[in-house]
Amino acid sequence: MHIKYGGKVIDFGGWALPVQYGAGIIQEHRTTREKAGLFDVSHMGEFRVTGQDPLGFIQRFTVNDIAKGGIGRCIYSPMCYPTGGVVDDLIVYRLGEKEYLIVVNAANIDKDWAWMSEVLKGFPGTNMVNESATTAELALQGPKAVAILQSLTKTDLLDIKYYHCLDNVTVAGRKTLVSRTGYTGEDGFEVFSAPADAEAIWEAIMAAGKPHGLIPVGLGARDTLRFEACMPLYGQELDAERTPLEAGLGRFVSFDKGDFIGRAALLGQNEKGLQRKLVGIEMVGRGIPRHNYRVLDAEGAKDIGYVSTGSYCPSLERNLGLAYVPTAVAEEGRKVCVSIRDKAVEAVIVKVPFYKRQRPTKA
Amino acid sequence: MSAVSFPKDFRYTNTHEWIKVTGKTARVGLTNYAQDQLGEVVFVELPEVGRTVKAGDIFGVVESVKAVSDSYSPAGGKVTKVNDKLSDSPELINQDPHGEGWLFEMELGDQAEADLANLMDQPAYERFQAEAGEH
Repeated sequence: MHIKYGGKVIDFGGWALPVQYGAGIIQEHRTTREKAGLFDVSHMGEFRVTGQDPLGFIQRFTVNDIAKGGIGRCIYSPMCYPTGGVVDDLIVYRLGEKEYLIVVNAANIDKDWAWMSEVLKGFPGTNMVNESATTAELALQGPKAVAILQSLTKTDLLDIKYYHCLDNVTVAGRKTLVSRTGYTGEDGFEVFSAPADAEAIWEAIMAAGKPHGLIPVGLGARDTLRFEACMPLYGQELDAERTPLEAGLGRFVSFDKGDFIGRAALLGQNEKGLQRKLVGIEMVGRGIPRHNYRVLDAEGAKDIGYVSTGSYCPSLERNLGLAYVPTAVAEEGRKVCVSIRDKAVEAVIVKVPFYKRQRPTKA
Repeated sequence: MSAVSFPKDFRYTNTHEWIKVTGKTARVGLTNYAQDQLGEVVFVELPEVGRTVKAGDIFGVVESVKAVSDSYSPAGGKVTKVNDKLSDSPELINQDPHGEGWLFEMELGDQAEADLANLMDQPAYERFQAEAGEH
């Protein structure tokens, strides 16, 4: 299917995934911001939790308060080790009183499954099923997403508010789960279906989107879009060594929801103060910061941190990075350097997020 | 891939640079295959004028949104000029890799004849890149 649209395809855990289509990463990125883009993100992992105490089970391994929204809420949360380091970041879908869907990063499916299965041992009567291989996921993102998807369903999509979901929505005649979520910084939807239905849904969305300027978008632009919006990527901003607090995700850590894995460590870190923090940097000198480039002090002499993600940003047309630096340095306007091919190139700490959409589509 | 043909009067490296020799001087760039593999070029770092390079030396870096790629000099010599337009318009490498998107010019060194003899001519490179493109 993707080859037909000019996709350059890679294999990712058995899913054939397009890095980019014919338009190229920059055009795909800008079109998503200005009109709409369609992404195949079927590689994402989905675990369904049911039985006696799904909420108690999920509250145990998440750091955000999953109970704070009603049914139909989608809640983002890091999942931590007892050390406060991050196992993965995920979204919990509250489908019912006793039914939850957890969407996890593709690269972490096996690790997450093993981790959650250990936790599950403390919750007899609660069940978890790995539906990753039997669930397809398409993401329709951009200012035209509502208009495009609305033309394929009778359900009033404006009833699905930001970070909410609705199950059993018929899209293009197929049964789906629709959520108002995404990983681009734009308004939009993610549509979950049986893999056998995904191609028909894809084709229907592409056809409905044509008059709106919709194009297919690959994983390359997905990464630049999420980066501009400063949404973290596991393995770059997040890993076992960094905590959600250091990553600037404190608003997703709910200390008062009761005990959870990592709580003591995070509380301790919160009280002691952070040693290092994630900040935005912009290049002043010529060069593009990249993942794992070292950050040096203003004189270019001392190694003080590292770039977690860096890129040319297609919408902002700036060379930007996210970087971990000592808290003492982490203030806007501070000069630092990035070591690029053994040269200290000047950069400055800037505000995050780099990109924020102007007017949210009316929820 | 776009239907850009490889000029017959260029010689080519197995790292996808081209060189066009005019007497004692030469112009160097990336091939259409290289730019297609890289994707949209967003940054170019070129050698300093006056720098002496040997064949196979890294003379610069070309970056697309997702990739950082070293560039290797096809022959030895002294850099006499760089394509200044590329700092503001790196996309010229994508748009016209064998023409406006050239990277630098050099005065060929004493070893030039041997260096050039090691490179591929157009038919050989045509086959080489076609095979590379199958992987």
